[in-house]
Amino acid sequence: MGYVSVIAQEALTADVYSLTFESPTDLSQGFEPGQFLHFRVTDSFDFTLRRPLSLCAADVQNNQITVVYRAQGEGTKRLTRLKAGDRVDVLGPLGHGFLTHQGDKKVLLIGGGIGVPPLVELARQFHESQVRVVSALGFATQAQAILLDELSDCGSLFVATQDGSLGQHGFVTQLLTEDFCAGIDRYYACGPTSMLKAVQQVMRDRNIAGYLSLEERMGCGIGICVGCVHPIARDGKVVNRKTCKEGPVFLAEEVIFDE
Amino acid sequence: MNKSPNSVDMQVKFLSLTLKNPVMPASGCFSFGQEMENFYDLDLLGAVVVKATTLEERSGNKTPRLAETPAGMLNSIGLQNPGVIQVIQEELPRFRKYPNLPVIVNVAGTAVEDYVEVVENLNKSPDVSAIELNISCPNVKCGGIQFGTDPTMAAGMVHTIKSVTKVPLIVKLSPNVTDIVEMALAVEEAGADAISLINTLIGMHIDIEKRRPLLANGIGGLSGPAIKPVAVRMVYEVSSQVQIPVLGIGGIRTGQDVIEFMMAGASAVQVGTANFIDPMACPRIIDELAQWCDQHGVKKVTDLIGAARG
Repeated sequence: MGYVSVIAQEALTADVYSLTFESPTDLSQGFEPGQFLHFRVTDSFDFTLRRPLSLCAADVQNNQITVVYRAQGEGTKRLTRLKAGDRVDVLGPLGHGFLTHQGDKKVLLIGGGIGVPPLVELARQFHESQVRVVSALGFATQAQAILLDELSDCGSLFVATQDGSLGQHGFVTQLLTEDFCAGIDRYYACGPTSMLKAVQQVMRDRNIAGYLSLEERMGCGIGICVGCVHPIARDGKVVNRKTCKEGPVFLAEEVIFDE
Repeated sequence: MNKSPNSVDMQVKFLSLTLKNPVMPASGCFSFGQEMENFYDLDLLGAVVVKATTLEERSGNKTPRLAETPAGMLNSIGLQNPGVIQVIQEELPRFRKYPNLPVIVNVAGTAVEDYVEVVENLNKSPDVSAIELNISCPNVKCGGIQFGTDPTMAAGMVHTIKSVTKVPLIVKLSPNVTDIVEMALAVEEAGADAISLINTLIGMHIDIEKRRPLLANGIGGLSGPAIKPVAVRMVYEVSSQVQIPVLGIGGIRTGQDVIEFMMAGASAVQVGTANFIDPMACPRIIDELAQWCDQHGVKKVTDLIGAARG
């Protein structure tokens, strides 16, 4: 943990940024796609919680990490000011990421909006180990589509937009037909809660197991404040588990969504 | 991090406990310590205060449970904890590897009988140095804060618990009262060995896009630097009026903040929300406190207690 140097920052869309920085820990010691980095936004007199941003790409050789995030609130907007050479206080990579399974031959990655970034490193690792990758991504509009090249480099890519400006008109779940899912061994999804809930339902119908990366409002990021919990069914019992420490990735079948 | 100067005596005698220094993490801001062991040696702390413990396991409130606010945050965790039996069996024994680290257990509940049963259970544990009675949690529907806002109910609760507990009893007060001194005197009279204050201030944040409170629970407890002046004022007023020691809590982020609380009359302090931003907050604050004392010729940290009260 501690202060690290910013390598580069660029805008990908009107409000989505890609930030590359030195890893606070030695990546060669291990990390998982789907883990997150916890950014301190300010050292100044005002109090601001850290901002959790998921790992999008890792360069183990140079020990660098890239996160892709949307500047939505005051904290993330302030992060957009970081430029090469700046120092920033980062914890991580934190949490439990996506698990891969020996023997899987073809996997489906499902991403919605700003939930797409953590799938990039996952796709790269699958691609490297000769697992076939199919990506199904949903965005509001074409202008908001991100990381298409990164994912199409690792396999086949399908896109849905809510306004029909790119790919299929509608939600990402409409891509997930029975034919589309044929031969898929496992799926990995990250996106808004409404999307995850719909994906969980569809993929249950398709009888395919998978993982969901959850988002809850996070405080400490290290498991002490117990703010970011989500109900998880495990061993016959539903328990509020910390998404920062036990997640953010959970087995899809364990995740309980409100009716 | 700089080494603490050896020339400053940081030790504080608090009730029957010997604190290496006057800084401990506040309940609910440290969980049960396991996570923090990844960041520093817990033996650096003056003591620890573990998460509020109830009789039965509690799953807490729905999310969102956190909202950031100017210079602070609101939380409505709702006392999520594994229940006292699990805490005694699984959580507290892990502190045995720190024989010189007092462990204070925060006790919460919804009815007097619950509190009594938790304390009776804790009596059987060799790992409890003191109890902090939580009669000030704003995030549970019944119990909690209602004991902490009525002096007669608070006194009744304290009297009952004092007759049960085998370890010193610290009573954590709510700031959500008109007269904090009246509350403090009531619990002192009822047998409290010490007072800790303040718990969070009740607040609300509205999500203007959704036109409803952001927290699923509606209200939450405000903590962080925003509440520090309120806390310092209450510590000052209370410690002027009671004979028992006071633990200061509320928005502490730096060694200077600790000095403020101690000068107001606190014998020791608890660090809460700062841990969420900086996992190293407690050891850093201890160092800053020692440095300040050294630079200002303060030989014993206890010399600061009440220094601003004249």
